[in-house]
Amino acid sequence: MDTIDLDIVPLRDLNARLHDPAEVARITDWRITNSKGRHNIAVGLDAPVTVSIAGHVGYYCAGMNEQATVEVHGNAGVGLAENMMSGRVVVHGNASQAAGATAHGGLLVIHGDAAGRCGISLKGADIVVKGSVGHMTAFMAQAGRLVVCGDAGDGLGDSLYEAVIYVAGSVHGLGADCVEQPMEDADRAAVAELLATAGIDDIDPSRFRRYGSARELYTFKIENVGAY
Amino acid sequence: MSRPDDTAPPSLDSLWGQRESQTFDRHTIHEIHRAAREGLYRIRGFGAKRPLPHFDDLVFLGASISRYPLEGYREKCDTTVTLGTRFAKTPITLRTPITIAGMSFGALSGPAKEALGRGANAVGTSTTSGDGGITDEERTYSKTLVYQLLPSRYGMNPKHLRSVDAIEIVVGQGAKPGGGGMLLGQKISDRVAQMRTLPKGIDQRSACRHPDWTGPDDLAIKIQEIREITDWEKPIYVKIGATRTYYDVMLCVKAGADVIVLDGMQGGTGATQDVFIEHVGIPTLPALRQAVEALQELDMHRKVQLIVSGGIRTGADVAKALAMGADAVAIGTAALIALGDNHPSLADAYQRMGTVPGLFEDWQAGNDPAGITTQDPDQYSRLDPEVAGHRLANYLRVLTLETQTLARACGKSHVHNLEPEDLRALTVEAAAMAGVPLAGTDWIPGRS
Repeated sequence: MDTIDLDIVPLRDLNARLHDPAEVARITDWRITNSKGRHNIAVGLDAPVTVSIAGHVGYYCAGMNEQATVEVHGNAGVGLAENMMSGRVVVHGNASQAAGATAHGGLLVIHGDAAGRCGISLKGADIVVKGSVGHMTAFMAQAGRLVVCGDAGDGLGDSLYEAVIYVAGSVHGLGADCVEQPMEDADRAAVAELLATAGIDDIDPSRFRRYGSARELYTFKIENVGAY
Repeated sequence: MSRPDDTAPPSLDSLWGQRESQTFDRHTIHEIHRAAREGLYRIRGFGAKRPLPHFDDLVFLGASISRYPLEGYREKCDTTVTLGTRFAKTPITLRTPITIAGMSFGALSGPAKEALGRGANAVGTSTTSGDGGITDEERTYSKTLVYQLLPSRYGMNPKHLRSVDAIEIVVGQGAKPGGGGMLLGQKISDRVAQMRTLPKGIDQRSACRHPDWTGPDDLAIKIQEIREITDWEKPIYVKIGATRTYYDVMLCVKAGADVIVLDGMQGGTGATQDVFIEHVGIPTLPALRQAVEALQELDMHRKVQLIVSGGIRTGADVAKALAMGADAVAIGTAALIALGDNHPSLADAYQRMGTVPGLFEDWQAGNDPAGITTQDPDQYSRLDPEVAGHRLANYLRVLTLETQTLARACGKSHVHNLEPEDLRALTVEAAAMAGVPLAGTDWIPGRS
């Protein structure tokens, strides 16, 4: 394990080392201290390494992650794991807006709450939030799955495409073209698997309800003008 | 009083007593009828078609007793431009200051994208991706490729970010500042759908703003993220539609852009509401002046490079844009025309579609006899990318030669040495917008 103190090592040097094939082949476990809410920590990784961050992080932590496991022992700022392609990002605190935005693959686990627009334009990744999510969660989400163990804010799944949302708590309001759909056995199995993979074992998968797209807004129709 | 033959159209002579309304002209009347019939706004391609103040309203003074010209073909007039010198480890150097603007695979066919790459390569300039990411063919055929980071993030892949030569964060587009992209269902083929992670055949909406940042302070962090991901190697452009240009340019500089791409309202689009194209944003001419003023005020002119697009058609347009302070220009609509769009040889095909060469604007429809704005294999197979690429290269060479011709006439050994002093305006409006004197006077409206 290598420990990087961000009070001493410039962020640019840290990210450059995490991008260096020789470095990530030599060191697979990284620990980062004194993160102090700095932005852009551990972005653009593309190696099967584990990065543990002790403290809060700012914007875009683990942005565009591929293969790596990034764990934040604190809260995360805007755009956590944005456009993640693969790998795993875990936050033990809360996450600010647009967590997992446009993520194509991998798993994002937020043990606290997530603010608005969590999973916005999601493109295939899985997101598990142990707490609640804010407004416009999964706005225009295209593919992937979002599991919310708590409550969901207003406008859930607005203009949703093919992503699927599971919520255990209350939903303050559904967005345009987002509807509740029957919870099938396959859905319960999917939720159970995602919770297990996220390491969350204190909530019953049968409590979740499923939300998806009604597919009424997939083409421009004048009769839908009120929905736009 | 009846005409001799009620079934025959009236003769022109018989119409002299009638007068077309300037407010309700025939196009307006047609559009009201169309809206009443269809109940949906008009979506089309191309750019603004209304008359606008433009580079045509400027002229070069050329040489005189106090300015001697350079000899054409004999005395060198350099056209190279380097972009991204502010922060990037590897700036881009182009042999001509004329680049190819961002246009997506999806809006354009694969052969059209290939042709753009071939044409640009031949003259040593860059092409730019568009919504939906890049295809393997695009990377193969575009030697110098700029990758657009758009609000939709369709096809966004960090491996692509690292494989290209520069990254362009798109905030806005001249044809529709404040609007997102559209790709109608006819153009969502299996391949386009797969690249964009969308169901086939839907009317695809691209987001109008980025999902993970709002405002200039966030933009600075986003730019830093892209720099960190690419290890500070690639130039980072920020593209804006021409609106509050003076302030937007200042904010781009503050946010850390290497290059600013400014797209005026004459800029084209693959598909947008007509009301957006014609009524949002400001023309290229005043926007360019405002952008240069902002850069000069910050002492960043030529340090942060400025690329201008929106209605660039000729070497005269290029030279005038450079004289006003741009470092380079980008062409989109003109490049498609060079590939073969609206070509007279396609008159029969256009006629079957209810139009004629010169008026075709339905780039959104996916039905394009030129094989450019389509995903229909029967149509795009008609476009030979080698031939079309050769045509584009020829056109780019002509633009470059014309630019050099005008620069030499003004006594410049590099096209970047053109300056506002070389220009005069033919109209009061253009003088005010471009910030150059009205011809025959020393008057710049708003300044004196």
